[in-house]
Amino acid sequence: MRSAESRHAAAIGDAAALPGPHFGLRSRLVRTLSLLGAVAVGAILIGIAVGSVTVPLPALWQVLTGEGSALHRTLIFELRVPRVLAAFATGGLLAMAGALMQVLLRNPLADPYVLGLAGGAAVGALGAMLLGLGMVAVSGSAFTGALVSTIMVFGLAHGTGSWTPTRLLLTGVVVAAGWGALITFMLVIGPTERIPGMLYWLMGDLSYARSPWAALGTLAIALAVISPLGRSLNVLARGPMQAATLGVAVRPLEWGIYIAASLLTAAAVTTAGTIGFIGLIVPHMLRLMFGADQRLLLPAAALAGGTLLVLADTLARIVIAPEQLPVGVITALLGVPTFLYLLYRSRF
Amino acid sequence: MLTATQLVIDIPGRPDGVALDLELAPGRVWGVLGPNGAGKTTLLHTLAGLRTPRRGSVLLDGEPLERQSRRTIARRMAVVFQERGDGFPATVMETALIGRHPYLSPWQMETVEDLALAEAALARLGLEGLAERDVTTLSGGERQRLAVATALTQQPRIWLVDEPTNHLDLHHQVEVMQLLSEQADEAGCSVFICMHDINLAARWCDDLLLLYPNGEACWGDAERMLVPAALESLYGQALTTTEMDGKPVFVPTGVRVRPVSASRGA
Repeated sequence: MRSAESRHAAAIGDAAALPGPHFGLRSRLVRTLSLLGAVAVGAILIGIAVGSVTVPLPALWQVLTGEGSALHRTLIFELRVPRVLAAFATGGLLAMAGALMQVLLRNPLADPYVLGLAGGAAVGALGAMLLGLGMVAVSGSAFTGALVSTIMVFGLAHGTGSWTPTRLLLTGVVVAAGWGALITFMLVIGPTERIPGMLYWLMGDLSYARSPWAALGTLAIALAVISPLGRSLNVLARGPMQAATLGVAVRPLEWGIYIAASLLTAAAVTTAGTIGFIGLIVPHMLRLMFGADQRLLLPAAALAGGTLLVLADTLARIVIAPEQLPVGVITALLGVPTFLYLLYRSRF
Repeated sequence: MLTATQLVIDIPGRPDGVALDLELAPGRVWGVLGPNGAGKTTLLHTLAGLRTPRRGSVLLDGEPLERQSRRTIARRMAVVFQERGDGFPATVMETALIGRHPYLSPWQMETVEDLALAEAALARLGLEGLAERDVTTLSGGERQRLAVATALTQQPRIWLVDEPTNHLDLHHQVEVMQLLSEQADEAGCSVFICMHDINLAARWCDDLLLLYPNGEACWGDAERMLVPAALESLYGQALTTTEMDGKPVFVPTGVRVRPVSASRGA
């Protein structure tokens, strides 16, 4: 065994000589995100080309360069592109919101809906549908419901003392159960002809998505605002006390994450209803593949979540074409076994 | 420098007891001794600004802690906790590197110098071969040493350390105490350690604080505090004392002593 002195000397020598694997963090980040970006572009192209009518690649190229038949142009620019981009944005929003919720609750198995936000949005949306209002009102009502639920859960979890992740989680679960009862009630009293639309909304359905720009814009702003916080989130994931002693203003950061994750989820739910499992599965898979560094994980979640939902929506459009499945059915069918497998193998 | 003036820690249902006036001077190692539940950890958290005291204040370089940003505090003071949350997977190197967090701006990546500091700290704690391991696969003792390595990477002037020898084998207990004492002697740091081992305290601490479960306390030079009668009443445990290399060594004898409330502080 070496003495303390020689070990100390060796340590200084080693440190000067070896840069070590972590040195390449920036290049690893660029490499990984480029790869995920390329996959995302590929998925978007597939999503645009494939459907009840498949546009062959040469024809797709012609349309994208401003030529091609009028039918193809209408199909692609007015139907496929908005829908695929909406799918991409929604998937990205959900995956990012999931990653944030998991850090906030320090629980790798949390998802964007775990705090009851989806239930609030659903009650808002179904209520508007029951009243026979149009899609704009349904979206607005869903967004309002999501925010009401968020504020309610946060206020109740805060109670008379300070909130802890466990308390927040339990409050969210109980509030979600309450919304669930209201949703069932509305489905029971709803007129028969409105029920399918309501069920599609509950399962998550991108055929409502008319314009992707609000969701895409939210995603871009969220990435720009949250990316610089990546390292602080890494520290926060080690627990609030440790984070505080490492210079993180814990309470403001937790508030910020909570508000951000809620807004992202609300934007996603407003665009496409409650699509399950993206927010849970994507961050989890990325952590298994690339580690838990939030600086990589958050942008990667935006890209991979978008990619996954674009592919799932493409499947939803072609499985029983010309009929369409709600995309939530596909994500659940893929998500449930993946999740159970991960859970079976994990230590949590 | 960290000073506590007229400090009463907030333990629900406990009388105020003695208000503490402590000065964590550079180059000195403070030890805190007391039975379970005496408030050692609460005191440490209060000194770190993580808990609000019932009375009194904690000053860092003359400024109350609560008026300074956590980032400013983190550049001067490191805390090694007794319990650690490892909810998410992370490598040993990533964990040591978070010690650099208070020095980096949001967009900055860790530099080669940061990495060198982390590697030197890991090597100092004998963890150099484990840099790429997931922390959740480490043994309790390895995690304990990693926590000390993370604090070392943070390059603090003030160390607040909660039971650093927990889970450690004999050799690593000595290594960690040696490291903390070097931080005081050579780097001029103030070191404040909550501990259970009277003999480690006797060997390495310059000043001692004895905390009693009823809020009473006494403190002063280690030599003056290491009186068998005071220690016996502190723990409610009879002790035999012998001497080695000029330092007292205490051995429990299996006889229970009725705990006596402490005499007033120095």
